[in-house]
Amino acid sequence: MAKVLVVTSGKGGVGKTTSTAALGAALAQTGQKVAVVDFDVGLRNLDLVMGAERRVVFDLINVAQGDANLSQALIRDKRVDTLYLLAASQTRDKDALTEEGVARVIAELRERFDWVICDSPAGIERGATLAMRFADVAVVVANPEVSSVRDSDRIIGLLDSKTLKAESGERMEKHLLLTRYDAGRASRGEMLSVDDVLDILSIPLLGIIPESLDVLRASNIGAPVSIGNVGSPAANAYIDAARRLCGVPVPMVRPLEKKGLLGRFFGRRAA
Amino acid sequence: MSARNAQAVRFRGRSFFALAISPDAPVSAWLERLDGWLERSPGFFTRNAVILDVAGLGLSRHELHDLNAELGARKIRVLGVEGAEPDWAAPDMPPFLSGGRDAKTASADPDVSPVKAVVEEPKLQPRPEPLAKIAPVPQATPARETLTIEAPVRSGQCVMNPDGDVIVVGSVSSGAEIIAAGSIHIYGALRGRAMAGAYGDGAARIFCRQLDPELIAINGLYKTADQIDEPLRKQPVQIRLVHGDMQITAF
Repeated sequence: MAKVLVVTSGKGGVGKTTSTAALGAALAQTGQKVAVVDFDVGLRNLDLVMGAERRVVFDLINVAQGDANLSQALIRDKRVDTLYLLAASQTRDKDALTEEGVARVIAELRERFDWVICDSPAGIERGATLAMRFADVAVVVANPEVSSVRDSDRIIGLLDSKTLKAESGERMEKHLLLTRYDAGRASRGEMLSVDDVLDILSIPLLGIIPESLDVLRASNIGAPVSIGNVGSPAANAYIDAARRLCGVPVPMVRPLEKKGLLGRFFGRRAA
Repeated sequence: MSARNAQAVRFRGRSFFALAISPDAPVSAWLERLDGWLERSPGFFTRNAVILDVAGLGLSRHELHDLNAELGARKIRVLGVEGAEPDWAAPDMPPFLSGGRDAKTASADPDVSPVKAVVEEPKLQPRPEPLAKIAPVPQATPARETLTIEAPVRSGQCVMNPDGDVIVVGSVSSGAEIIAAGSIHIYGALRGRAMAGAYGDGAARIFCRQLDPELIAINGLYKTADQIDEPLRKQPVQIRLVHGDMQITAF
């Protein structure tokens, strides 16, 4: 039974595309068939992060409008052979997506894959609502900062009202992926802490991805961090998150700040 | 010409709270008592125009005209007359009304409510009958209905109950809004906006387990986050109006 997962956040730049690629790659490495679908029509990036930008012929719009079939448009990853990409069109805009077209593409993908991961565009408009429309599971990506958390909260509200699952009275499964987490800055009060974010959003935590240059580097060389930089803390965090998505109970490791001797004694400010 | 054809004139129904004032016979004695009451509550009628209820008073057309003039002399503006003979209507009289109903709940702010002033009157003077029966005219609110929300209210969501209280079992996020005719009870953190008594109810209150709001309002009186004392932040509190002043007390 295929699961359709939407990676969404509301706010831009928090790491949706990076997380889509990394989670997709981590899931595919377990042998499951995974399709990652870029819904950011007009501002596509997932192909770059996946390192497939030179192989895109047909895209989501072509398939949704019936100009190409799915097999023609799916791009198989060169490193993990159960990982596929369906790119977005860069020359069109979000209005080119219709609900019927998206429904048809998703239904077809469901038949072929174990996981369909939809990379949502930022915002709460058409592109974002269509990306979440047919999802079974949502991964809400947030940075530990107030603006990101508030936007994620808004998105959770939409997940609970505007998706097919919510409209048919079912509960939408939602997970929080906290990205760009810097334990040092959080403990100094410059960022929200994990508990603060969980308290505000009140959805289960899927993983904490530490702020890391590995992630940035991976995006720029076109290799998801969970393939390109195995062994790094960020890659491990994504792999653990993917296992939790599959229902494997993996204990949550909270990134710790490296403290000096004084820091150990005066680690926390009272009040 | 074409503009006149294109734009239709629109009418919309709208209901308001109004005070109805019911004189009793003899009118001259009633006016005297009214004067006494006005001395203690000067300026009350400058804020509140009234409906003049003359049903059962047995006034003649001329007497009604005089009564209206007497009220005008006391700077009491009459919005409309209820219970008069329909054919007495004249350009120099306020419009005639019918179909008004008494408000079942005296829900106005207790500190400015005329109801309270009237209730207290017998204690001051050993006179059994009420001085002036002034009661808010209803807004068709039969029974108060409570709306219970069993999930967190997320940013961008708005929960509105024009008929009564709102209970939220969960938190109200930053960017969310709760609007209630009655009180608001939040069993979680209030990080968004809460407006209690939003349709005119000074007795409405706001309760929450953790106060961290963007804005709180009762009966139109509001405070933004900046105006809330720092020690009360993140505390479990009750918010209410005391003598027209918003009071926040921690539990």
